[in-house]
Amino acid sequence: MTAVDTRPGRVEVHGVHKSFGAHEVLHGVDLVVEPGSVTVILGPSGSGKSTLLRSINHLETVDRGYVALDGELVGYRRRGDVLHELKERDLLRQRTRFGFVFQSFNLFPHLTALENVVEAPVSAQGRNRREVEAEARELLARVGLADKAGAHPRQLSGGQQQRVAIARALAMKPAVLLFDEPTSALDPELVGEVLSVITDLARTGTTMIVVTHEIGFARQAADRIVFMDSGRVVEQGTPAQVLDDPQHERTKAFLAKVL
Amino acid sequence: MTLLDNRPATASHPYEGLRVVKARHPGRWAATAVVAVLLAMVANSLITNPRWEWGVVWAYLGEVSIVEGVWMTIKLTLITAVLGFALGTVLALMRLSQSPLLRAVSWGYTWVFRSVPLILQLLLWYNLAYLYQTLDVGIPFGPSFASFETLSLIDKFGAAILGLGLHQAAYSAEIVRAGILSVDQGQHEAAASLGIPRRRQSTRIVLPQAMRTIVPTAVNEVIGLFKGTSIVYVLALGELFYTVSVIYGRTQRVLPMLVVAAIWYVVLTTVVTVIQFYVERYYARGAVRTLPPTPLQRLRGNLTAGLARVRPTSGSTSDRDPVTR
Repeated sequence: MTAVDTRPGRVEVHGVHKSFGAHEVLHGVDLVVEPGSVTVILGPSGSGKSTLLRSINHLETVDRGYVALDGELVGYRRRGDVLHELKERDLLRQRTRFGFVFQSFNLFPHLTALENVVEAPVSAQGRNRREVEAEARELLARVGLADKAGAHPRQLSGGQQQRVAIARALAMKPAVLLFDEPTSALDPELVGEVLSVITDLARTGTTMIVVTHEIGFARQAADRIVFMDSGRVVEQGTPAQVLDDPQHERTKAFLAKVL
Repeated sequence: MTLLDNRPATASHPYEGLRVVKARHPGRWAATAVVAVLLAMVANSLITNPRWEWGVVWAYLGEVSIVEGVWMTIKLTLITAVLGFALGTVLALMRLSQSPLLRAVSWGYTWVFRSVPLILQLLLWYNLAYLYQTLDVGIPFGPSFASFETLSLIDKFGAAILGLGLHQAAYSAEIVRAGILSVDQGQHEAAASLGIPRRRQSTRIVLPQAMRTIVPTAVNEVIGLFKGTSIVYVLALGELFYTVSVIYGRTQRVLPMLVVAAIWYVVLTTVVTVIQFYVERYYARGAVRTLPPTPLQRLRGNLTAGLARVRPTSGSTSDRDPVTR
């Protein structure tokens, strides 16, 4: 890996702590994601994977530590030695650099597939609606749903909904795509169609961070695998290192259960 | 399972061609008969009892002063509903705000205006001039730019609008709040993660979905308002009920006049109910896979289904599928 990568999408997470009430979910997480790489976060339920992902685009504010995208702090502005919390408007603008795909899709049910994809580029980025619509149709075609542009989410299967959600995230042309268990809410036979779309994306060189339980997908698509347990990064490395030759006891125990 | 052997389906099955006798429901028949007799009795008494004085009812139904009263009732209801829901939405947003003061004020408002009887509030507003002779527009605790006589600003109509509107706002606030809370948290998160501006999140994402919960209750409130406006007769404001009471005070034809008012209230409520159907249908887009049919579509569907039953397609009973789409 070269020392300086000028592509956008470098994510740095440093010493991130996060508590919900008295319960600390993240105990100082450090993570660096290189531009254009695919990072898969594995770990048992409750290990803090989703919270970490949501902290990266500031859906959760962290208690300690910081997150940066391409050297720019997420959620704060630095003036001298002081960090100022960003105004909501600036925060929303910063969020457009991240695409987020939810476990439960969270499509807007009263809007059609096309309107779901078009909404944010027009209202958040102020782009021309006609132009965005043309792009949105291309994106829907790319996820295999060219003929579903006029359908409402409830008229689509779970797999189709998640693919619309991916198109919606892509429409913002984000520097980083975050996937929060994108296939966990799907029937087994629909998982494949979503994973294949994500795998295709992985090949295009978009920076991606994927929280998932799909070990096969991790092995195939990931550049790095990060294993988390009880709010800490326990182990990380290439798929071969982590999946085939885990060093930590917790990793071994987890893999023994899921493989 | 020796009954069902492996003969091909086309061969005559042992159950093929048997006659089906529908289950009988004697209880249902008896109840229907009783209700039919009761209905006939009601109709008979309405027609034959001369004290209903249908001639008087008919004569007054379209009378100018009555129509003016109806118009006043409509005006009061519409203005109050708009004012109530506008203020109610503000109160609901305050209640959901992060600021403890805004939350407390919203809560306090709802508490006070729901606690004091409407009739009392109306009289209070009407007598506001006793408390404050003039109302000033200016800088708080500073100079005033303009001053108005309270009496000229808040007349009967003004007091009625204020009283009904502010009272309605307290109820509307809760309805709007319930609507906003009914929208899945994931929708807020999705909107935020896409960077959609705050205002747009409310108007485009949250409120349209909240409307599904809000509309049925809100229409209930509007219907309640139509009838509730009759309470402003205490201010001697010429809406439907006051007009009617003035007329029967003069003519002593109490019952026919009450029937006139009742008929108009039913008409108004019916119109609102029809509007409700279409508004609900509009906001159901996306929430249901197929929209419910409009009455016209349903009528057409029933007609075709009825025709199909009259002229059954030549074939066995199994072809007569009663399910219509």
